[in-house]
Amino acid sequence: MEKNIINIKVTDREGSEQIIQAPTDMSFNLMEALKANELPVEGTCGGMALCASCHCYINSDHHLADASEDEEDMLDQAFFVEDNSRLSCQIKISDELEGLSITLAPVS
Amino acid sequence: MIQTDLLIIGAGPVGLFTVFEAGLLKLKCHLIDVLPQVGGQLSEIYPKKPIYDIPGYPSILAGDLIDNLMEQIKPFNPGFTLGEKAIKIEKIENGRFLLETSEGSIINAGAIAIAGGLGSFEPRKPPIEGLNKFEKTGVDYFVKDPEKYLNKNILIAGGGDSALDWTIELAEIAHEVTLIHRRTSFRGALDSVEKVMALAEAKKINLITEAQAIGVTGQNKLETVLIKQKELGEFSKEVDYFIPLFGLSPKLGPIANWDLAINKNAIEVNTFDYSTNEEGIYAVGDINTYPGKLKLILCGFHESTLMVQSVFKRIYPDQKLSFKYTTVTGIEGI
Repeated sequence: MEKNIINIKVTDREGSEQIIQAPTDMSFNLMEALKANELPVEGTCGGMALCASCHCYINSDHHLADASEDEEDMLDQAFFVEDNSRLSCQIKISDELEGLSITLAPVS
Repeated sequence: MIQTDLLIIGAGPVGLFTVFEAGLLKLKCHLIDVLPQVGGQLSEIYPKKPIYDIPGYPSILAGDLIDNLMEQIKPFNPGFTLGEKAIKIEKIENGRFLLETSEGSIINAGAIAIAGGLGSFEPRKPPIEGLNKFEKTGVDYFVKDPEKYLNKNILIAGGGDSALDWTIELAEIAHEVTLIHRRTSFRGALDSVEKVMALAEAKKINLITEAQAIGVTGQNKLETVLIKQKELGEFSKEVDYFIPLFGLSPKLGPIANWDLAINKNAIEVNTFDYSTNEEGIYAVGDINTYPGKLKLILCGFHESTLMVQSVFKRIYPDQKLSFKYTTVTGIEGI
Protein backbone atom coordinates (compact mmCIF):
# COMPACT_ATOMS: atom_id res chain seq x y z
CA MET A 1 0.00 0.00 0.00
CA GLU A 2 1.27 3.40 -0.98
CA LYS A 3 1.65 5.80 1.90
CA ASN A 4 -1.54 7.76 2.66
CA ILE A 5 -3.38 6.31 -0.34
CA ILE A 6 -6.02 3.59 -0.22
CA ASN A 7 -7.68 1.62 -2.98
CA ILE A 8 -11.46 1.41 -3.23
CA LYS A 9 -13.36 -0.86 -5.59
CA VAL A 10 -16.37 0.91 -7.07
CA THR A 11 -19.14 -0.74 -9.06
CA ASP A 12 -21.05 1.84 -11.04
CA ARG A 13 -24.74 1.80 -11.94
CA GLU A 14 -24.04 -0.09 -15.15
CA GLY A 15 -22.25 -2.82 -13.22
CA SER A 16 -18.72 -2.06 -14.37
CA GLU A 17 -15.98 -2.11 -11.76
CA GLN A 18 -13.00 0.13 -11.23
CA ILE A 19 -10.43 0.71 -8.54
CA ILE A 20 -10.03 4.30 -7.41
CA GLN A 21 -7.32 5.74 -5.18
CA ALA A 22 -8.15 8.09 -2.35
CA PRO A 23 -5.82 10.06 -0.06
CA THR A 24 -6.22 9.45 3.66
CA ASP A 25 -4.49 12.65 4.78
CA MET A 26 -6.78 15.25 3.18
CA SER A 27 -9.87 14.71 5.33
CA PHE A 28 -11.77 13.47 2.28
CA ASN A 29 -15.04 11.68 2.57
CA LEU A 30 -16.04 8.89 0.21
CA MET A 31 -18.45 11.10 -1.76
CA GLU A 32 -15.65 13.57 -2.48
CA ALA A 33 -13.32 10.75 -3.49
CA LEU A 34 -15.95 9.40 -5.89
CA LYS A 35 -16.54 12.83 -7.41
CA ALA A 36 -12.82 13.47 -7.73
CA ASN A 37 -12.69 10.31 -9.85
CA GLU A 38 -15.50 11.59 -12.10
CA LEU A 39 -17.94 8.97 -10.88
CA PRO A 40 -21.58 10.00 -11.37
CA VAL A 41 -22.36 10.99 -7.78
CA GLU A 42 -24.25 14.26 -7.30
CA GLY A 43 -23.47 15.19 -3.69
CA THR A 44 -26.06 17.94 -4.00
CA CYS A 45 -25.87 19.21 -0.43
CA GLY A 46 -22.08 19.24 -0.42
CA GLY A 47 -21.66 16.55 2.24
CA MET A 48 -23.96 17.57 5.08
CA ALA A 49 -26.11 14.41 5.01
CA LEU A 50 -28.92 16.64 3.82
CA CYS A 51 -29.75 15.06 0.50
CA ALA A 52 -29.50 11.45 -0.51
CA SER A 53 -27.73 11.87 -3.80
CA CYS A 54 -24.53 10.08 -2.73
CA HIS A 55 -26.30 6.90 -1.61
CA CYS A 56 -24.19 3.76 -2.02
CA TYR A 57 -24.05 0.15 -0.86
CA ILE A 58 -21.11 -1.22 1.14
CA ASN A 59 -20.18 -4.65 -0.22
CA SER A 60 -17.11 -5.48 1.87
CA ASP A 61 -17.15 -6.21 5.61
CA HIS A 62 -15.03 -3.25 6.66
CA HIS A 63 -15.84 -1.90 10.06
CA LEU A 64 -17.44 1.51 9.53
CA ALA A 65 -18.69 3.94 12.16
CA ASP A 66 -22.45 3.51 12.53
CA ALA A 67 -24.69 5.84 10.56
CA SER A 68 -25.71 8.88 12.58
CA GLU A 69 -29.36 9.66 13.23
CA ASP A 70 -29.08 12.44 10.61
CA GLU A 71 -27.82 9.97 8.04
CA GLU A 72 -30.58 7.45 8.83
CA ASP A 73 -33.14 10.27 8.61
CA MET A 74 -31.86 11.19 5.19
CA LEU A 75 -31.85 7.60 4.01
CA ASP A 76 -35.60 7.68 4.74
CA GLN A 77 -35.92 10.02 1.79
CA ALA A 78 -33.87 7.82 -0.52
CA PHE A 79 -35.18 4.88 -2.48
CA PHE A 80 -33.71 1.43 -3.10
CA VAL A 81 -32.48 1.48 0.51
CA GLU A 82 -30.94 -1.82 1.69
CA ASP A 83 -29.38 -2.96 4.96
CA ASN A 84 -25.93 -2.03 3.59
CA SER A 85 -27.01 1.42 2.40
CA ARG A 86 -24.91 4.42 3.42
CA LEU A 87 -24.49 8.03 2.38
CA SER A 88 -20.96 8.13 1.02
CA CYS A 89 -20.45 11.72 2.27
CA GLN A 90 -20.62 10.42 5.82
CA ILE A 91 -17.77 7.93 5.39
CA LYS A 92 -14.35 9.38 6.19
CA ILE A 93 -11.49 8.10 4.11
CA SER A 94 -9.00 6.44 6.45
CA ASP A 95 -6.25 3.79 6.26
CA GLU A 96 -8.64 1.18 7.68
CA LEU A 97 -10.76 1.43 4.53
CA GLU A 98 -8.06 -0.07 2.26
CA GLY A 99 -9.80 -2.48 -0.11
CA LEU A 100 -13.32 -1.14 0.57
CA SER A 101 -15.83 -2.29 -2.03
CA ILE A 102 -18.95 -0.28 -2.80
CA THR A 103 -21.72 -0.08 -5.39
CA LEU A 104 -23.38 3.19 -6.42
CA ALA A 105 -27.12 3.16 -5.67
CA PRO A 106 -29.58 4.02 -8.46
CA VAL A 107 -30.43 7.69 -8.92
CA SER A 108 -33.72 8.57 -7.30
CA MET B 1 -49.07 41.34 -16.40
CA ILE B 2 -45.98 42.15 -14.37
CA GLN B 3 -43.40 44.47 -15.99
CA THR B 4 -39.82 44.59 -14.79
CA ASP B 5 -36.29 45.37 -15.91
CA LEU B 6 -34.59 42.21 -14.67
CA LEU B 7 -36.48 39.01 -14.02
CA ILE B 8 -34.56 36.71 -11.68
CA ILE B 9 -35.42 33.02 -11.75
CA GLY B 10 -34.60 31.61 -8.33
CA ALA B 11 -34.87 33.45 -5.00
CA GLY B 12 -31.86 31.84 -3.32
CA PRO B 13 -28.98 33.90 -1.89
CA VAL B 14 -27.53 34.80 -5.29
CA GLY B 15 -30.93 35.72 -6.77
CA LEU B 16 -31.66 37.90 -3.75
CA PHE B 17 -28.30 39.68 -3.81
CA THR B 18 -28.75 40.36 -7.53
CA VAL B 19 -31.64 42.65 -6.53
CA PHE B 20 -29.20 44.71 -4.46
CA GLU B 21 -26.58 45.14 -7.16
CA ALA B 22 -29.24 45.78 -9.82
CA GLY B 23 -30.92 48.23 -7.46
CA LEU B 24 -27.74 50.30 -7.18
CA LEU B 25 -28.02 50.79 -10.95
CA LYS B 26 -31.73 51.64 -10.55
CA LEU B 27 -32.81 48.45 -12.28
CA LYS B 28 -36.16 47.12 -11.09
CA CYS B 29 -36.22 43.40 -10.27
CA HIS B 30 -38.83 40.69 -9.99
CA LEU B 31 -38.04 37.25 -8.54
CA ILE B 32 -39.77 33.97 -9.23
CA ASP B 33 -39.26 30.72 -7.32
CA VAL B 34 -40.93 27.32 -7.35
CA LEU B 35 -40.74 27.13 -3.55
CA PRO B 36 -43.33 28.98 -1.48
CA GLN B 37 -40.59 30.79 0.48
CA VAL B 38 -37.42 32.67 -0.45
CA GLY B 39 -33.92 31.36 0.26
CA GLY B 40 -33.65 28.33 -2.03
CA GLN B 41 -31.56 25.49 -0.62
CA LEU B 42 -30.61 27.58 2.41
CA SER B 43 -34.23 27.74 3.57
CA GLU B 44 -35.35 24.38 2.21
CA ILE B 45 -32.39 22.12 3.01
CA TYR B 46 -30.15 23.65 5.67
CA PRO B 47 -31.59 26.75 7.43
CA LYS B 48 -29.92 25.85 10.75
CA LYS B 49 -26.45 25.07 9.35
CA PRO B 50 -23.67 27.61 9.88
CA ILE B 51 -21.84 28.96 6.83
CA TYR B 52 -18.24 30.06 7.41
CA ASP B 53 -17.17 31.60 4.11
CA ILE B 54 -19.37 34.66 3.81
CA PRO B 55 -16.93 37.59 3.93
CA GLY B 56 -17.31 39.56 7.14
CA TYR B 57 -19.22 36.81 8.94
CA PRO B 58 -17.01 34.35 10.85
CA SER B 59 -20.15 32.19 11.02
CA ILE B 60 -23.75 32.75 10.00
CA LEU B 61 -26.73 30.40 9.94
CA ALA B 62 -28.06 29.85 6.43
CA GLY B 63 -31.52 31.02 7.49
CA ASP B 64 -30.08 34.20 9.02
CA LEU B 65 -28.13 34.95 5.84
CA ILE B 66 -31.40 34.85 3.90
CA ASP B 67 -33.11 37.11 6.48
CA ASN B 68 -30.23 39.57 6.18
CA LEU B 69 -30.32 39.52 2.38
CA MET B 70 -34.07 40.21 2.47
CA GLU B 71 -33.39 43.22 4.69
CA GLN B 72 -30.55 44.37 2.46
CA ILE B 73 -32.72 44.38 -0.69
CA LYS B 74 -35.82 45.84 0.94
CA PRO B 75 -35.02 49.44 -0.15
CA PHE B 76 -35.22 48.30 -3.77
CA ASN B 77 -38.71 46.87 -3.33
CA PRO B 78 -38.43 43.80 -5.58
CA GLY B 79 -41.51 41.88 -6.72
CA PHE B 80 -41.97 38.20 -5.87
CA THR B 81 -43.84 35.38 -7.55
CA LEU B 82 -43.40 32.42 -5.20
CA GLY B 83 -44.64 28.84 -5.48
CA GLU B 84 -44.60 29.03 -9.28
CA LYS B 85 -42.21 27.40 -11.68
CA ALA B 86 -40.77 29.21 -14.72
CA ILE B 87 -41.96 27.20 -17.68
CA LYS B 88 -41.55 29.10 -20.94
CA ILE B 89 -39.55 32.07 -22.22
CA GLU B 90 -40.62 33.88 -25.36
CA LYS B 91 -38.70 36.67 -27.11
CA ILE B 92 -40.88 39.64 -27.99
CA GLU B 93 -40.32 43.07 -29.59
CA ASN B 94 -37.62 45.49 -28.40
CA GLY B 95 -35.46 42.56 -27.30
CA ARG B 96 -37.74 41.96 -24.30
CA PHE B 97 -38.97 38.65 -22.95
CA LEU B 98 -42.26 37.14 -21.79
CA LEU B 99 -41.95 34.44 -19.17
CA GLU B 100 -44.83 32.15 -18.33
CA THR B 101 -45.09 30.25 -15.04
CA SER B 102 -46.68 26.94 -14.09
CA GLU B 103 -49.66 28.84 -12.64
CA GLY B 104 -50.11 30.96 -15.75
CA SER B 105 -48.54 34.20 -14.48
CA ILE B 106 -46.93 36.23 -17.25
CA ILE B 107 -43.92 38.47 -16.60
CA ASN B 108 -42.56 40.96 -19.13
CA ALA B 109 -38.85 41.65 -18.62
CA GLY B 110 -35.97 43.45 -20.28
CA ALA B 111 -33.50 40.73 -19.33
CA ILE B 112 -33.54 37.41 -17.51
CA ALA B 113 -31.07 36.19 -14.89
CA ILE B 114 -31.25 32.50 -14.11
CA ALA B 115 -30.09 32.04 -10.52
CA GLY B 116 -31.69 28.64 -10.27
CA GLY B 117 -29.14 26.84 -8.08
CA LEU B 118 -29.51 23.15 -8.74
CA GLY B 119 -32.82 23.57 -10.52
CA SER B 120 -36.36 23.59 -9.25
CA PHE B 121 -37.30 21.61 -6.18
CA GLU B 122 -39.70 18.81 -7.04
CA PRO B 123 -41.15 16.01 -4.94
CA ARG B 124 -39.07 12.83 -4.81
CA LYS B 125 -41.12 10.17 -6.53
CA PRO B 126 -40.70 6.57 -5.38
CA PRO B 127 -39.38 4.35 -8.19
CA ILE B 128 -42.56 2.27 -8.42
CA GLU B 129 -43.48 1.00 -11.84
CA GLY B 130 -46.66 2.58 -13.21
CA LEU B 131 -46.88 5.19 -10.43
CA ASN B 132 -47.01 8.06 -12.93
CA LYS B 133 -50.12 6.48 -14.53
CA PHE B 134 -52.11 7.36 -11.42
CA GLU B 135 -50.74 10.85 -10.79
CA LYS B 136 -54.15 12.40 -11.42
CA THR B 137 -56.23 9.44 -10.26
CA GLY B 138 -55.06 8.52 -6.79
CA VAL B 139 -51.37 9.40 -6.36
CA ASP B 140 -50.61 12.82 -4.80
CA TYR B 141 -47.17 14.19 -3.91
CA PHE B 142 -48.60 17.18 -2.02
CA VAL B 143 -51.67 17.64 0.10
CA LYS B 144 -53.33 20.75 -1.29
CA ASP B 145 -56.93 20.34 -0.22
CA PRO B 146 -57.46 18.03 2.78
CA GLU B 147 -61.24 17.94 2.14
CA LYS B 148 -60.52 15.89 -0.97
CA TYR B 149 -59.79 12.94 1.32
CA LEU B 150 -63.10 13.08 3.24
CA ASN B 151 -64.22 9.51 4.01
CA LYS B 152 -61.53 8.03 1.73
CA ASN B 153 -58.94 5.34 2.40
CA ILE B 154 -55.51 6.92 2.41
CA LEU B 155 -52.02 5.47 2.42
CA ILE B 156 -49.21 7.86 3.38
CA ALA B 157 -45.55 6.85 2.99
CA GLY B 158 -42.56 8.60 4.58
CA GLY B 159 -40.93 9.31 7.92
CA GLY B 160 -40.52 13.08 8.10
CA ASP B 161 -42.57 15.96 9.34
CA SER B 162 -44.89 16.21 6.36
CA ALA B 163 -45.76 12.48 6.52
CA LEU B 164 -46.42 12.75 10.27
CA ASP B 165 -48.33 16.03 10.12
CA TRP B 166 -50.63 14.89 7.32
CA THR B 167 -51.22 11.55 9.04
CA ILE B 168 -52.39 13.44 12.12
CA GLU B 169 -54.55 15.89 10.18
CA LEU B 170 -56.08 13.41 7.75
CA ALA B 171 -56.90 10.97 10.58
CA GLU B 172 -59.76 13.36 11.40
CA ILE B 173 -61.04 13.61 7.85
CA ALA B 174 -60.40 10.35 6.03
CA HIS B 175 -62.23 7.07 6.54
CA GLU B 176 -58.97 5.24 7.13
CA VAL B 177 -55.35 6.44 7.26
CA THR B 178 -52.39 4.08 6.99
CA LEU B 179 -48.83 5.32 7.43
CA ILE B 180 -45.95 3.19 6.18
CA HIS B 181 -42.31 3.88 6.92
CA ARG B 182 -38.96 2.20 6.24
CA ARG B 183 -37.79 2.18 9.86
CA THR B 184 -39.36 1.97 13.33
CA SER B 185 -38.14 5.45 14.29
CA PHE B 186 -39.23 8.74 12.72
CA ARG B 187 -37.22 11.87 12.03
CA GLY B 188 -40.07 14.34 12.54
CA ALA B 189 -40.71 16.64 15.50
CA LEU B 190 -41.00 14.68 18.76
CA ASP B 191 -44.46 16.03 19.44
CA SER B 192 -45.73 14.80 16.06
CA VAL B 193 -44.09 11.40 16.53
CA GLU B 194 -45.84 11.00 19.89
CA LYS B 195 -49.19 12.01 18.41
CA VAL B 196 -48.86 9.47 15.60
CA MET B 197 -47.88 6.74 18.08
CA ALA B 198 -50.92 7.60 20.22
CA LEU B 199 -53.23 7.50 17.19
CA ALA B 200 -51.84 4.10 16.25
CA GLU B 201 -52.26 2.85 19.82
CA ALA B 202 -55.90 4.01 19.81
CA LYS B 203 -56.39 2.25 16.46
CA LYS B 204 -57.33 5.55 14.80
CA ILE B 205 -54.66 5.00 12.16
CA ASN B 206 -52.78 1.96 10.90
CA LEU B 207 -49.04 2.25 11.37
CA ILE B 208 -46.87 -0.14 9.36
CA THR B 209 -43.16 0.22 9.99
CA GLU B 210 -40.18 -1.48 8.34
CA ALA B 211 -42.23 -1.41 5.19
CA GLN B 212 -42.08 0.13 1.72
CA ALA B 213 -44.60 0.50 -1.08
CA ILE B 214 -43.37 -1.49 -4.04
CA GLY B 215 -46.24 -1.60 -6.53
CA VAL B 216 -49.50 0.03 -7.61
CA THR B 217 -52.46 -1.38 -9.52
CA GLY B 218 -55.82 -0.15 -10.77
CA GLN B 219 -58.02 0.00 -13.85
CA ASN B 220 -58.94 3.64 -14.46
CA LYS B 221 -57.81 4.86 -11.10
CA LEU B 222 -55.53 3.73 -8.28
CA GLU B 223 -57.05 0.74 -6.48
CA THR B 224 -54.35 -1.09 -4.55
CA VAL B 225 -50.82 -0.50 -3.32
CA LEU B 226 -48.47 -3.44 -2.88
CA ILE B 227 -46.53 -3.22 0.37
CA LYS B 228 -43.45 -5.16 1.44
CA GLN B 229 -42.96 -5.50 5.18
CA LYS B 230 -39.86 -7.01 6.77
CA GLU B 231 -41.70 -9.82 8.61
CA LEU B 232 -45.06 -10.05 6.86
CA GLY B 233 -43.60 -10.09 3.36
CA GLU B 234 -45.66 -8.72 0.48
CA PHE B 235 -49.34 -7.87 0.74
CA SER B 236 -51.67 -5.49 -1.02
CA LYS B 237 -53.85 -2.80 0.44
CA GLU B 238 -56.94 -1.26 -1.14
CA VAL B 239 -56.77 2.53 -1.12
CA ASP B 240 -58.37 5.54 -2.76
CA TYR B 241 -55.26 7.69 -2.43
CA PHE B 242 -51.54 7.03 -2.06
CA ILE B 243 -49.52 10.01 -0.81
CA PRO B 244 -45.72 9.43 -0.91
CA LEU B 245 -43.97 12.19 1.07
CA PHE B 246 -40.21 11.82 0.59
CA GLY B 247 -39.16 15.44 0.51
CA LEU B 248 -38.01 17.55 -2.40
CA SER B 249 -35.00 17.25 -4.67
CA PRO B 250 -33.74 19.70 -7.28
CA LYS B 251 -34.22 19.01 -10.98
CA LEU B 252 -33.06 21.18 -13.89
CA GLY B 253 -36.61 21.01 -15.27
CA PRO B 254 -37.87 23.31 -18.05
CA ILE B 255 -34.56 25.25 -18.17
CA ALA B 256 -33.22 22.34 -20.20
CA ASN B 257 -35.69 23.25 -23.00
CA TRP B 258 -34.71 26.89 -23.41
CA ASP B 259 -32.05 26.33 -26.09
CA LEU B 260 -29.28 27.26 -23.68
CA ALA B 261 -25.88 25.60 -23.90
CA ILE B 262 -25.93 23.02 -21.08
CA ASN B 263 -22.92 21.13 -19.77
CA LYS B 264 -23.48 18.49 -17.06
CA ASN B 265 -26.75 20.05 -15.82
CA ALA B 266 -25.22 23.55 -15.70
CA ILE B 267 -25.59 26.52 -18.09
CA GLU B 268 -22.45 27.60 -19.94
CA VAL B 269 -21.71 31.31 -19.57
CA ASN B 270 -19.20 33.90 -20.69
CA THR B 271 -17.30 35.11 -17.62
CA PHE B 272 -17.16 38.64 -19.02
CA ASP B 273 -20.76 39.21 -17.96
CA TYR B 274 -22.22 35.75 -17.19
CA SER B 275 -24.31 35.87 -20.35
CA THR B 276 -25.56 32.64 -21.90
CA ASN B 277 -25.62 31.81 -25.60
CA GLU B 278 -29.07 33.49 -25.78
CA GLU B 279 -28.73 37.26 -25.82
CA GLY B 280 -30.41 38.88 -22.83
CA ILE B 281 -30.44 35.70 -20.77
CA TYR B 282 -27.80 35.40 -18.05
CA ALA B 283 -26.99 32.68 -15.50
CA VAL B 284 -25.37 33.18 -12.09
CA GLY B 285 -24.62 31.05 -9.05
CA ASP B 286 -24.63 27.26 -8.83
CA ILE B 287 -26.57 26.85 -12.07
CA ASN B 288 -23.81 28.18 -14.34
CA THR B 289 -20.52 26.69 -15.40
CA TYR B 290 -17.27 28.07 -16.85
CA PRO B 291 -13.60 27.11 -16.61
CA GLY B 292 -12.58 27.37 -12.97
CA LYS B 293 -16.17 27.51 -11.66
CA LEU B 294 -16.64 27.01 -7.92
CA LYS B 295 -20.12 26.49 -6.54
CA LEU B 296 -19.89 28.97 -3.69
CA ILE B 297 -22.39 31.60 -2.57
CA LEU B 298 -19.68 34.25 -2.50
CA CYS B 299 -18.72 33.52 -6.12
CA GLY B 300 -22.39 33.88 -7.07
CA PHE B 301 -22.43 37.33 -5.43
CA HIS B 302 -19.45 38.37 -7.53
CA GLU B 303 -21.03 36.99 -10.71
CA SER B 304 -24.26 38.95 -10.08
CA THR B 305 -22.35 42.16 -9.49
CA LEU B 306 -20.61 41.96 -12.86
CA MET B 307 -23.72 40.70 -14.65
CA VAL B 308 -25.95 43.66 -13.76
CA GLN B 309 -23.53 46.06 -15.48
CA SER B 310 -24.18 44.22 -18.74
CA VAL B 311 -27.92 44.03 -18.02
CA PHE B 312 -27.99 47.82 -17.56
CA LYS B 313 -26.25 48.44 -20.89
CA ARG B 314 -28.67 46.11 -22.62
CA ILE B 315 -31.80 47.76 -21.22
CA TYR B 316 -30.56 51.37 -21.33
CA PRO B 317 -28.05 51.41 -24.22
CA ASP B 318 -28.13 55.21 -24.46
CA GLN B 319 -27.49 55.93 -20.79
CA LYS B 320 -24.07 56.29 -19.34
CA LEU B 321 -23.24 54.07 -16.40
CA SER B 322 -20.88 55.47 -13.83
CA PHE B 323 -19.53 53.19 -11.16
CA LYS B 324 -20.16 54.39 -7.61
CA TYR B 325 -19.27 53.11 -4.16
CA THR B 326 -22.11 52.67 -1.63
CA THR B 327 -19.85 54.29 0.97
CA VAL B 328 -19.90 57.48 -1.09
CA THR B 329 -23.47 57.59 -2.36
CA GLY B 330 -25.38 55.50 0.17
CA ILE B 331 -28.49 53.62 -0.84
CA GLU B 332 -31.77 55.20 -1.79
CA GLY B 333 -34.40 54.49 0.80
CA ILE B 334 -32.01 54.19 3.74
